[in-house]
Amino acid sequence: MDFELIAEAWPDLLKGAGLTLQLLFLPLAVATVLSIPLAIARSSHRFWVRIGPAAYTFVFRGTPLLVQIFLIYYGIGQFESLREGFLWENILSNAYWCAMIAFTLNNLAYITELMRGGIQTVPHGEVEAARAYGMSGFQTYRLVILPRMWRTILPAYSNEVVFSLKATSLASVVTVLDLTGQAKVYYSQYYEPYDFFIAAGFLYLIMVFVITRVLKGIEWLLGADRRPVKHRGETPAAADVADPATGPAGPA
Amino acid sequence: MDPFWSYGLMIAGGAGWTLALILAVIPVGIVLGLLGAAAKLSSWRVLRLGAETYTTFIRAMPELLVIFLVFFGGARAFNWLLAAVGFPEIQIDFNPFLAGVIALGVVQGAFATEVFRAALLAVPAGQIEAAQACGFSRWQTFRFVTLPQVWRLALPGLGNLLQILIKDTALISVVGLADIMRNAQIASGATKQPFTFLLLAAAVYLLFTTVATAVMMLLERRANHAWRRA
Repeated sequence: MDFELIAEAWPDLLKGAGLTLQLLFLPLAVATVLSIPLAIARSSHRFWVRIGPAAYTFVFRGTPLLVQIFLIYYGIGQFESLREGFLWENILSNAYWCAMIAFTLNNLAYITELMRGGIQTVPHGEVEAARAYGMSGFQTYRLVILPRMWRTILPAYSNEVVFSLKATSLASVVTVLDLTGQAKVYYSQYYEPYDFFIAAGFLYLIMVFVITRVLKGIEWLLGADRRPVKHRGETPAAADVADPATGPAGPA
Repeated sequence: MDPFWSYGLMIAGGAGWTLALILAVIPVGIVLGLLGAAAKLSSWRVLRLGAETYTTFIRAMPELLVIFLVFFGGARAFNWLLAAVGFPEIQIDFNPFLAGVIALGVVQGAFATEVFRAALLAVPAGQIEAAQACGFSRWQTFRFVTLPQVWRLALPGLGNLLQILIKDTALISVVGLADIMRNAQIASGATKQPFTFLLLAAAVYLLFTTVATAVMMLLERRANHAWRRA
């Protein structure tokens, strides 16, 4: 390891890490929002509603992300009609945005399946209870099913975020200078295979560590009613009456 | 012959390399995973720490970075090692296939370590005590009581890893293995029809992952034979 070389590359590696974070969070945010309606459709009882999202997730989860990136970056150019105009000049011929699109579509497939699992584990009795209270379908989803789903899927969701972070490195294959891309550029300048790749790996490790910690914190906040009840100087009987938002505390 | 068919055949030939890579990585991953799990559950602190470091680093690093490290740096490290143990005259070179087996094997091993660790812990302690009470040695306990159950408990996790592995093999094309992906790129460049051939490559990968899912379902059904309800 030559620390002078790493010091020289360090500013560029950090710049690459910034790009990596952009490639992680923008597609993740878009995919998370879009996957809510898709997951609801995916868990429908009607075959014709279910089949569309099911086919989508089957294809996007069953093929390598690299193929998806290449299809968007190189493949679209095959169609003459798409090779002009605003969309082509600003987005489809730009590797950065092509990677963004591919990551969004890919994340969308994985998160949809995750949410489907979360929705299907909500006990049917709760949905019936919500209906008995006169809630509309939309209200049932917004107030009962989706909040429960979030709590169920959060550990798996944070795994998904880590996988997604690692997957952003594929953008370097289509010339985007993310963290892996920068490390590769420095490697080809100096032919030192260890310094730059290990330094980049170390930065990925830090990012994974911070992201998993933050998500663990959110998990802890959302799991308030699953923690043992603290008696803050009250009589135990009073503490058993939990606040109406989370329902009766029950045995911890 | 029509270029579509000749390049299509080339991609099918690449599927052979992809399949060979998958089949070569699976045993490496399983062995590393079992060793890693054993180290993690060991009573030796050094082994636990070593296994913990291995899984933490490898699971946080992008597969592509591991592949670059092994492909560009693996041979040099290996030659140093050979020189250190007294064989300076042997110089080996890593081809993309060997680098792929090592890189993906190491990655799979790190994930498999977690799968096997969870499976080993899921075997009830009472059964192990019972085996010891019956006079089984530690090896016999492992061989006849723990291992048969670990297989059943680990299968779903290993199935997920197989899916990840199949999709990760596409990354080896970046360092030059003539697999499905690489041949699809060559065909794309030669025919100026990238969408057609990349879509064909995607279809072949989809076939691979679908068959893998079916095989894992069969294996799980077999492994759970004794647990099936009447």
